[in-house]
Amino acid sequence: MGQDGRGGLRGDAVIAGFVERKPERRFTGTPRFGLEQWADLAADALSDAGIAPDEVDGLCCGGDTGESTMFVPATIAEYCGWKLNFAERVDLGGASPVGMVWRAAAAIELGACEVVVCAATMQPRPPAPRPAPPDPRISFGASSNAWGSPQAEFDIPYGNLGQNCGYAMYAERYHDQFGWDQRSRAKIVADQRVSACANPDAVWFGHPVTVDDVLGSPMIADPLHMLEIVMPCSGGSALIVTSAERAKRLRHRGVAVTGFGEHLTHKTPTYAADLTTTPVGPAAKRAFAMAGVAPQDVDMVELYDCYSITVMLTIEDSGFCGKGEGMAFVSEHDLSYRGDFPCNTHGGQLGFGQPGLAGGMSHVIEAVRQVQGRAGDRQLARHDIAYVSGTGGIMSEQAALVLRGL
Amino acid sequence: MTDAGARPEGYAHRSDEAGPKPLPAPTPTSQPFWDGLAHGVVRVQQCDACGTWVHYPRHRCPVCLSDCLTWRVVDPHGTVYTFTVARRPTAPPFAGDVPQVIAVVELDVGVHVTTTLVGVDPTDVRIGMPVTAVFDHQDGEVTLLRFAPA
Repeated sequence: MGQDGRGGLRGDAVIAGFVERKPERRFTGTPRFGLEQWADLAADALSDAGIAPDEVDGLCCGGDTGESTMFVPATIAEYCGWKLNFAERVDLGGASPVGMVWRAAAAIELGACEVVVCAATMQPRPPAPRPAPPDPRISFGASSNAWGSPQAEFDIPYGNLGQNCGYAMYAERYHDQFGWDQRSRAKIVADQRVSACANPDAVWFGHPVTVDDVLGSPMIADPLHMLEIVMPCSGGSALIVTSAERAKRLRHRGVAVTGFGEHLTHKTPTYAADLTTTPVGPAAKRAFAMAGVAPQDVDMVELYDCYSITVMLTIEDSGFCGKGEGMAFVSEHDLSYRGDFPCNTHGGQLGFGQPGLAGGMSHVIEAVRQVQGRAGDRQLARHDIAYVSGTGGIMSEQAALVLRGL
Repeated sequence: MTDAGARPEGYAHRSDEAGPKPLPAPTPTSQPFWDGLAHGVVRVQQCDACGTWVHYPRHRCPVCLSDCLTWRVVDPHGTVYTFTVARRPTAPPFAGDVPQVIAVVELDVGVHVTTTLVGVDPTDVRIGMPVTAVFDHQDGEVTLLRFAPA
């Protein structure tokens, strides 16, 4: 696709700039409403790209701003004073930022719009004068407890909710099928910490860990240990997608969106067809074909990493090694920014932190930062082509990007 | 310790209080399933058009979208497809249950069911282990479907 004339992106849309707040386990800034955070992030990302705010004609947002659960894009447009030709609210959990980027690129290539702001807010809001009433749709997090919801009826009553036990059940099945090398999972965490220790913005900057540290941390849901699980943080980020033509006049190297894929199969792992083959497979295959590159052609991978097992399955299903070979692959390669398979060069969410949807955006932004040559101490020598994945739910919905520097 | 999509920050409060355990509320579509459990049988829908066994209960078949689904009593035996031992409660109401063996059981007709395993030491649970249904009646309300080693 794309390169062979069968549709897809041409690579005529680029990421031109970004902003990313430093994740914090304990927020030290001034609480702002979601709309205010959106406006702050947009202003800073536009400034980074070198685009005037009145040139914005598109936006992609996540599920809500905090203040609104409906009509979110219109509310943001009104607040920021934008007149938009394209607005998308992307509801793909942690895959949302990757989903935002390809939707923005597609809209730009179609001629629907020219400057799209994609943002994810995750800083505390001012304390409400009165508490909001309970909402059963979110009272158990990502599993809806509203009447008629399959999760409410068949999963929540058994305690099958939240993310930890779902990913743990993926990991149990994976190891049962392919072998119990648990040190390989821990090595993913340890290698990413090496990169986090070269990233002053990372939550775990200055805190290296060993494989034994990971396996010695408390068991949360067998076989997953505490250090294999992301750390929720405050934060926020935004990036600007625009046309390659416009990007020629901008401050930074344009990073073209040359391939994408997206695949959704289930909400709850119980109802997945197979727990060892994940939706990122078809997404990656489409993205690579569209971009006209193979997995071995990329200079870096930035893989959604809510858990160690997510990275393992994503390496396999994206085609970097065969099914069941991930454990040997990560053991034989150095995944740090210094290594022969640079993976999550900002530390990943496991090292950088997970500021809500901005956690998934951190993978996109790190790829852009590397391709633009702005990665400081952890800058890769070869930095032209990046593969980025996003994962939402419990391996439920996954998306992939191939990015290339102009 | 959550996926990014799981925290709609600032939307409405999420209670950290234990509260009562959440129980299923049957729907017009699912009522035969819960009635079956109350009477000690496991019922699963089968699609008249393509033969697919369907769980959880649906209005249409997830393979062919036929709306002709027939309830059948099935063998209450199965095997453990996957599981985890929750060492920390997955939500405050389950704080008293840890370590809790949360599992997916594959019934002999092939469907996957979310459950918890009872009557087994968590360290003895294995994928592929044969299990059989346990009907856990909840105080005159619904009956939950748990499993124990066969």
